[in-house]
Amino acid sequence: MRDFWKRFARNKGAVVGLAIIFAVVLLAAFAPLLYPDSPWRMVQRPFLSPLAVDGFWFGTDTLGRDIGAGLAHGARVSLLVGIVSTVVALSIGVTLGALAGYYGGLLDDALMRFTEFFQTIPNFALAIVLVAIFQPSLTSIVLAIAIVSWPPVARLVRGEFLSLRSREFVQASVVLGQSNARIILTQILPNTLSPVIVMASLMVATAILLESSLSFLGLGDPNHMSWGYMIGAARTVLRQAWWMSFFPGIAILLTVLALNLVGEGLNDALNPRLARKGR
Amino acid sequence: MTTREALLTVEGLTVRLPQGADRPHAVEGVSFELQRGEILCIVGESGSGKSITANTIMGLLPRPYVEPVAGRILFEGRDLLQEPESALRALRGSRVGMIFQEPMTALNPVMRIGDQIAEVFDAHGLLTKRQRKANVIELLAGVGLPDPQTLGESYPFRLSGGQRQRVMIAMALALEPAILIADEPTTALDVTTQAQILALIKRLQTERDMGVMFITHDFGVVAEIADRVAVMQLGKVVESGPAQQVLNDPQHAYTRRLVGSVPSFEPPAARPAVVGEPILKVEGLQKVYQTERGLFTKGRRVVAAEDVTFEIRRGETLGLVGESGSGKSTVGRCIVRLLDADGGAVRFREEVDLNALRGRKLAPYRRHVQMVFQDPYASLNPRRKVGRIIAEGPMAHGASEREALARAKELLRLVHLDPSAAERYPHEFSGGQRQRIGIARALALEPELLVADEPVSALDVSVQAQVLDLLEEIRQRLKLALLFITHDLRVAAQICDRIAVMQHGRIVEYGDTRQVFAEPRHDYTRALLAAVPGREWRIPESARLAVQKQEIPA
Repeated sequence: MRDFWKRFARNKGAVVGLAIIFAVVLLAAFAPLLYPDSPWRMVQRPFLSPLAVDGFWFGTDTLGRDIGAGLAHGARVSLLVGIVSTVVALSIGVTLGALAGYYGGLLDDALMRFTEFFQTIPNFALAIVLVAIFQPSLTSIVLAIAIVSWPPVARLVRGEFLSLRSREFVQASVVLGQSNARIILTQILPNTLSPVIVMASLMVATAILLESSLSFLGLGDPNHMSWGYMIGAARTVLRQAWWMSFFPGIAILLTVLALNLVGEGLNDALNPRLARKGR
Repeated sequence: MTTREALLTVEGLTVRLPQGADRPHAVEGVSFELQRGEILCIVGESGSGKSITANTIMGLLPRPYVEPVAGRILFEGRDLLQEPESALRALRGSRVGMIFQEPMTALNPVMRIGDQIAEVFDAHGLLTKRQRKANVIELLAGVGLPDPQTLGESYPFRLSGGQRQRVMIAMALALEPAILIADEPTTALDVTTQAQILALIKRLQTERDMGVMFITHDFGVVAEIADRVAVMQLGKVVESGPAQQVLNDPQHAYTRRLVGSVPSFEPPAARPAVVGEPILKVEGLQKVYQTERGLFTKGRRVVAAEDVTFEIRRGETLGLVGESGSGKSTVGRCIVRLLDADGGAVRFREEVDLNALRGRKLAPYRRHVQMVFQDPYASLNPRRKVGRIIAEGPMAHGASEREALARAKELLRLVHLDPSAAERYPHEFSGGQRQRIGIARALALEPELLVADEPVSALDVSVQAQVLDLLEEIRQRLKLALLFITHDLRVAAQICDRIAVMQHGRIVEYGDTRQVFAEPRHDYTRALLAAVPGREWRIPESARLAVQKQEIPA
């Protein structure tokens, strides 16, 4: 574990990324304390520029809502959607990939054609359709994002399983008489985790982007403030009030960038042999 | 040796390894001399620095991580360590040729053989196109390849491993270098092919009066071709001298131990006859690999086992020997039921046909037939502790975790490892130790038959001897039957009671080890026996004693 941290910390970008994510998590966790009021409440006059009035560092939007409150509460939605949808996508992808890779043959063919069916439809279009059909809500958004993002996981896990299945240690457990379920769960799966973890960190970033894009188009959950919605609502007044879209934009940028940096650091730490660039 | 003219002199060569390696220098203070018209063998176990030495001479080190820091390499009056890269480039191929271990990857797969050889001339800007073509054909004929004209036009995938190695040699010799450096050129080849390649190198060396620096780990090969020998251990030359002297009267303790660990080609005289009841009868086993027929491709049929019949008695070691592709591993895998055979029966203890059982019905029988795998680095799950790895078998058959872990510690003691090893991960162990763990895992289920698929081929010779001794000891103590699959006839001679020789999926000869070695009946067996390198060489008694004296395994 200490080794792992040492290799991770060698990538300076990853440490910065981790710090940013930590800050965003803190912001999300303490949002109700920092801004006890609902972020939808109109609290000041509209079009208040940043730092113009004490306590409103980020200004207000077209309806007089506090942008700072929006940022803090939006962080909760972004993180929630990012993490939950990734977990759901992983559970679909890992299961299907593991079954396809381990059993091979007809099952593999069937599952992979099914996966390709999802891969051939443009991600974002499918997500929009799904959210539109099921009515915009946090649940439908999470599900839509999960459904469009599991296929790469299935592909990755299947590939890992295919190569590990023919390893001698897996054959040894077959000869020992272990059941297929045990072999999949205790022998092969732990050996596929490192690339999956790296991929998951990048998937959280993609999910946050997808959620923001959906909200931008007005397909966000109407009961929850989100960064994408803030940008979407402010886009008509971009020239009069830059701050309304600028701050949520920066929030998205930093979070996604941080997640990507962490993903890269995890890759260095988990696959040390691939990461040796001239050290 | 007619002329004593030193072609290449290495003096006090020291090569630094990057920080964090297991030792500061890959090679330390190495000195030797290669003379015109001789074959110098550099022998050593893995990690002894023999390949690094060769790569330093060729200027092929991965600088700046690995770098020569002291010494001189004198060749034709120049110190190669001081020469700039451009000068070395001119030298490579033209004055010094090199062949590598892995012929399957050494050729560019998308380039015709002839063009690849012609590239050597091109790189040095020699000859016209027509001359090159003629030269290529001459070279291919010179290394004993059939039909050089057509062969030059074909791509590498059409060639076997032995043929590719011949092409590599042709390429290395294209510009008539003064020195040929061969880095384990026959290690990846079958024994009969190896014999041909060794004979070829020897012939070309005499014809062209070259100096050959031949790197190997195999003392049989040394006995076959070396004029002089340098033995390396951990980056240092510990002994060097004429081949006869080093082989028959080794002076250094390490050399003695190495030489003494080489299994003798002569089967031991006294072996008690095995009288136990047959524990496994294989009858008419058949396995065919068939690639799927596609829309545009014809299905390919490869017969891996055809009418294979033999039996193993309790307490007996049966050797299954053959070259790669002979189907010996397939037979082993059909017996432990990693593969489903297409026909025939695998009768266990007269009662059941393992081949007829599937799924749940097979599970209770799995424990009686266990397997030891070839590659100690791939056969242990890197993410599980050794104790758990050994305990997994009993747990799959219903033992409690406590029991199984306690048993794992006993087994570790049985294979001469410390019981505390149970708490560590596989990567903390050496190859030989891992193979012991693999054996302990197989023994955990108290099997009656152990199938060992090339269990020592990935190990260094001294470790190999220890693991073989362990297998022998366990077989006697537990009254096990052992099916020993190997390509190494020396090993087979030492530990097998009976031997079955396989070729193209069939058993061509089957009988007592001594009998098969003394009077082989089948032509293929004869060819196989004749191809074993250094079969004339008798391992000196002094070396044998040196090994016995320090029998405590590492």
